[in-house]
Amino acid sequence: MSLQEELKGPPPAKLIVDHVSKWFRQKRQTIHALDDVSFEVAEGEFIVIVGPSGCGKSTLLDIIAGLEHPDKGQVLADNQPVTNPGRHRLVMFQESALFPWLNAFGNVMFGLRLKPGLRNSERREVAKFFLHLVGLEKFMEANVHELSGGMKQRVALARALAPNPRVLLMDEPFAALDAMTREQLYGDIQKIWEKRRKTIIFVTHNVREAACLADRVMVMSPTPGRIREVFEVKLPRPRNFNSIEIAQHAAKLTTVLKGYAKIEAPA
Amino acid sequence: MRRALLAILFFLALVAIWMAIVRAEIWSPVLLPSPRSVLDYLINSARDGTLLSASIVTLRRLLIGYFIGLLIGLPLGLLTASLTFVEDTIGVMALGLQTLPSVCWVPLALLWFGQTEGAMLFVVIMGTVWSVVIATDTGVRTIPPIFARAARTMGSGPFHRWIHVILPASLPYLISGMKQGWAFAWRSLMAAEIYVTILTGFGLGHLLHYGRELNAMDQVIGIMLVIVVIGLLADKILFSPWERFLHRRWGTGRV
Repeated sequence: MSLQEELKGPPPAKLIVDHVSKWFRQKRQTIHALDDVSFEVAEGEFIVIVGPSGCGKSTLLDIIAGLEHPDKGQVLADNQPVTNPGRHRLVMFQESALFPWLNAFGNVMFGLRLKPGLRNSERREVAKFFLHLVGLEKFMEANVHELSGGMKQRVALARALAPNPRVLLMDEPFAALDAMTREQLYGDIQKIWEKRRKTIIFVTHNVREAACLADRVMVMSPTPGRIREVFEVKLPRPRNFNSIEIAQHAAKLTTVLKGYAKIEAPA
Repeated sequence: MRRALLAILFFLALVAIWMAIVRAEIWSPVLLPSPRSVLDYLINSARDGTLLSASIVTLRRLLIGYFIGLLIGLPLGLLTASLTFVEDTIGVMALGLQTLPSVCWVPLALLWFGQTEGAMLFVVIMGTVWSVVIATDTGVRTIPPIFARAARTMGSGPFHRWIHVILPASLPYLISGMKQGWAFAWRSLMAAEIYVTILTGFGLGHLLHYGRELNAMDQVIGIMLVIVVIGLLADKILFSPWERFLHRRWGTGRV
């Protein structure tokens, strides 16, 4: 594969989540984490799963990534069942999962080194390309502890994008960032997604974030984790996080979430 | 520069206090020799080669035993941290034996190996291995699980993960474990050399021992100084570069 093809990347993948259920057996009790979750994601679609903490959304993401196995049902990526983690479905985690023993460049290279069919010089080019894409070309040699929270998550994004996955799974990646940095990243991630079309599943508890980013929002409720409703957000991109339309969509999502919270609340 | 100056001043002050006590003649010079006579001993023994040859003998034993100890201890520590079976067996044994002062191995080593290099090596290895096992075990257990998960999604298999994630992630603990192992190796070897006379080589511990037998306090203190200096140098040469790297990368080392 030439460097040019490598930088262009493979087409995004189609995902099918097919009747997935998951239980966590603990000593005292068994927690029903996911109950019969089914949905399909089209190639290049941006899905946001929104729900309160403990609704199983991160577990669902782990199952799609192949880090956890469902007790019932299966996940298909391009009609192939997902059994293990693989570099076609990369994850960007909640907290910074950057490796402190490597600098920014080394972190982006980690996944690339595991990708066969590339020369090392090409890998370095690819890593530089993606650090440039997230605006950190001047911080290649920086150690992880020298980066701000926002910069860390940019490096994490570059690390997830660099091996050219067909699916990008994002587990509340901006939850720990301050509001200003977050809003900037909403703009950046939309721009990057326009340039490098991936199938994205983004998990969050922030309804406004969901409305701002998603093609489709799936609302989940806890115990057991279920997908209750699905909304399409048909707003032109790039979207402004502070626009009235986003606020209106967010308000609607909040109402829906509150409705399920009431049903689930103990008497 | 200012730091170096302060350090030099501190040690000069120590020597000055020592000289003052000698001048005051509180104790007989047999018990407390003057800095001058210790220095004379060191110069003489350096000239006739005894100091150098004893240092080489001791360092060779120390380095060989220490590296064998590391080679056994590091993988064992990785195993106790990853497999419950090994944790319940080797892990418990390591924890128990680590509390055993290394001098306690000397009688056993003598009976098993006789007055040989093997006995020396055995004591050093036993002194090193267990603390290295414990430190490695602790290091691996403190790694945030998210590192391994992130590596798995990027296609890292079990073996790759050990080499490229588990080992580097536990590096801060491994280095302190290796340092501790070094200190234990030193202690063990000195104990062995003081108690065991063997004909294959006179180490620093033997010089210390004969110093006592001959009531040569200048020799005893001189050798003690040499041991301290070698320990300091080893720390600077073997561990400081690693620690500097760690502090730079992890952003630690200063509060």
